[in-house]
Amino acid sequence: MTARAAERTDRPRLAVWKFASCDGCQLTLLDCEDDLLTLAEQVEVSYFLEASSALGTGPYDLSLVDGSVTTPEDEARVRHIREVSRHVVAIGACATAGGIQALRNYADAAEFRAAVYARPEYIETLATSTPISAHVPVDLELRGCPIDRGQLLEVIAAHLTGRKPDLPGHSVCFECKRRGTTCVVVARGTPCLGPVTHAGCGALCPAYGRGCYGCFGPSNSTRFPTFLPLLRRDGMDTLDIVRELRTFNTAAPEFEEAVGLQEAGREDRG
Amino acid sequence: MRTGGRDAVVLDRDGLDGLIVLLAARGRTVIGPTVRDGAIVLAEISAGGDLPYGWGVDLEAGRYRLRPRTDGAAFAHSAGPQSWKTFLHPQRERQWTARTGPDGVPLVTEDDTPPPSYAFLGVRPCDLRAIQVQDRVLTDGPHTDPRYRRRRERAFLVVVECTEPGATCFCVSMGTGPAADRGYDLALTEVVDDGGHRFLARSASDEGSAVLAELPTRPADDGLRAAAREGVAQAAGRMGRAMPDVDLRVLMHETLTADRWNDVTARCLTCGNCTMVCPTCFCTTAEDVTDLTGEHTERWRRWESCYDLEFTHLQNGPVRASALSRYRQWATHKLGTWYDQFGSSGCVGCGRCIVWCPTGIDITEEAHALNQERAEARQAAS
Repeated sequence: MTARAAERTDRPRLAVWKFASCDGCQLTLLDCEDDLLTLAEQVEVSYFLEASSALGTGPYDLSLVDGSVTTPEDEARVRHIREVSRHVVAIGACATAGGIQALRNYADAAEFRAAVYARPEYIETLATSTPISAHVPVDLELRGCPIDRGQLLEVIAAHLTGRKPDLPGHSVCFECKRRGTTCVVVARGTPCLGPVTHAGCGALCPAYGRGCYGCFGPSNSTRFPTFLPLLRRDGMDTLDIVRELRTFNTAAPEFEEAVGLQEAGREDRG
Repeated sequence: MRTGGRDAVVLDRDGLDGLIVLLAARGRTVIGPTVRDGAIVLAEISAGGDLPYGWGVDLEAGRYRLRPRTDGAAFAHSAGPQSWKTFLHPQRERQWTARTGPDGVPLVTEDDTPPPSYAFLGVRPCDLRAIQVQDRVLTDGPHTDPRYRRRRERAFLVVVECTEPGATCFCVSMGTGPAADRGYDLALTEVVDDGGHRFLARSASDEGSAVLAELPTRPADDGLRAAAREGVAQAAGRMGRAMPDVDLRVLMHETLTADRWNDVTARCLTCGNCTMVCPTCFCTTAEDVTDLTGEHTERWRRWESCYDLEFTHLQNGPVRASALSRYRQWATHKLGTWYDQFGSSGCVGCGRCIVWCPTGIDITEEAHALNQERAEARQAAS
């Protein structure tokens, strides 16, 4: 940290919190290598276990929350975080849509617990994995599994300036076309979730010739009754489609509804 | 088609390859068709070998496939996934930068990086018309786009007349092709027959003439002129699609509440692909970004689309929230209100929106259906 930054005592206080997740999204912050020193000058990293064991106390100006709520202790902790944070930003597919672990929402969590742990009675867990917004008001959700580094910096820079971050909610198709990637659906018949998936990744997968698998969750304008027959046309069966929708953003309401449509065999357009 | 001009000459394949090298030597960034990622895309080329010799395309609604050709033609393919707006009206462009000055007052610097001097090789007549449509939109009004204007004024256009339309092409019914009439520097017509593989070339600008003069050419004989004329005439007869032969502006105006809009909306993903591939769609949005220090600000402009909910977002939400209103906005603007706004159709019949729609919505089919519904409504009323 430079002398100039050290002189500043009024820097906004940043906290990074972990719930059920792989930690990849919060580690994205440490991946911002070129910008880390500047960031450290602009904010006081007050609570970030992955970066430092020196823990400050609240309140915090900006809390980045990684992971989903899966235990009774989580439920209490997320409420506490909300109480001590001016702005709460849920980061990543777990925090915004329950993550992979939300598969338990459609099964018997007690059965999983018994199958996985030698002493299941030591495990205290909820029957569901839910996004942060299911428990407390969230000021912003940043999508992705993992989140995009550039978008994370944009969120922080926008917060520091007091402006709205630029996080388009349109489909991945917009990013593919702007990038100049030839459509893998039209030119190759590759199944691709791009038309219903939230932008933000820069259309990474189609740029390498594979279809989007929806890791940024639903776009702001999904049309699943129209879209699902396309996936079938391009070679996916019901199981493939359900697996694709129930991976990273399992508990996203639009994906849940689409799975319902698919499993009910209701592909009528409307 | 001007194939009989006094300066019509013949370029053979080596001459065409030489054209690319010559344009590059004159300091131009040469953009032309080339095969990449299973499609014929537009990209910077540096030699004749970059051109898609021996490649054609099979097009259908929602489907594009490369197909080898035995005749070795370089330009016997129709519109690909991009258009020239990729270069003239780029998807993202910085407008200005600002930084905090010593006294705290922002210092704004307009971005005036000199644009490349492009040479576009292989502009199809429909796409030439699309460039002219964007010229009107971006430079004719009271608020011209200076960066577009500079790129456009410096661009050298080599049109190649169309001799191989695709199944999704309908330039004839839009009056935009397959022959080129004006607005280019050089026009070529590709002929592959018993006489060999060659290009009938003519110039329509001083620089075009200067370029031709430096290339190995020979005078065009009547046989080649006839073959070129015949190739383009045959293309006109092989259009895969056609718009209904009615006043489309009136048709759009009179069918705003047609049932057909519900039908097409049920097939629309609102993904925005049709607007991104359309060579005339020009809408943009502004994106202001600050860095972490807040001392450096930039304004970027990027492509936007009438299918994007955020495009019309006002304080009470998007103006066009329903999918129906968004598809209808696009189609009626393209075919109808564009006349009111810019004095021409916004559609040039290139067929890209048909090919690159994942569900294969066909704007010509929709126009025919609207026309049919209007006719039935009139009959029922009489």
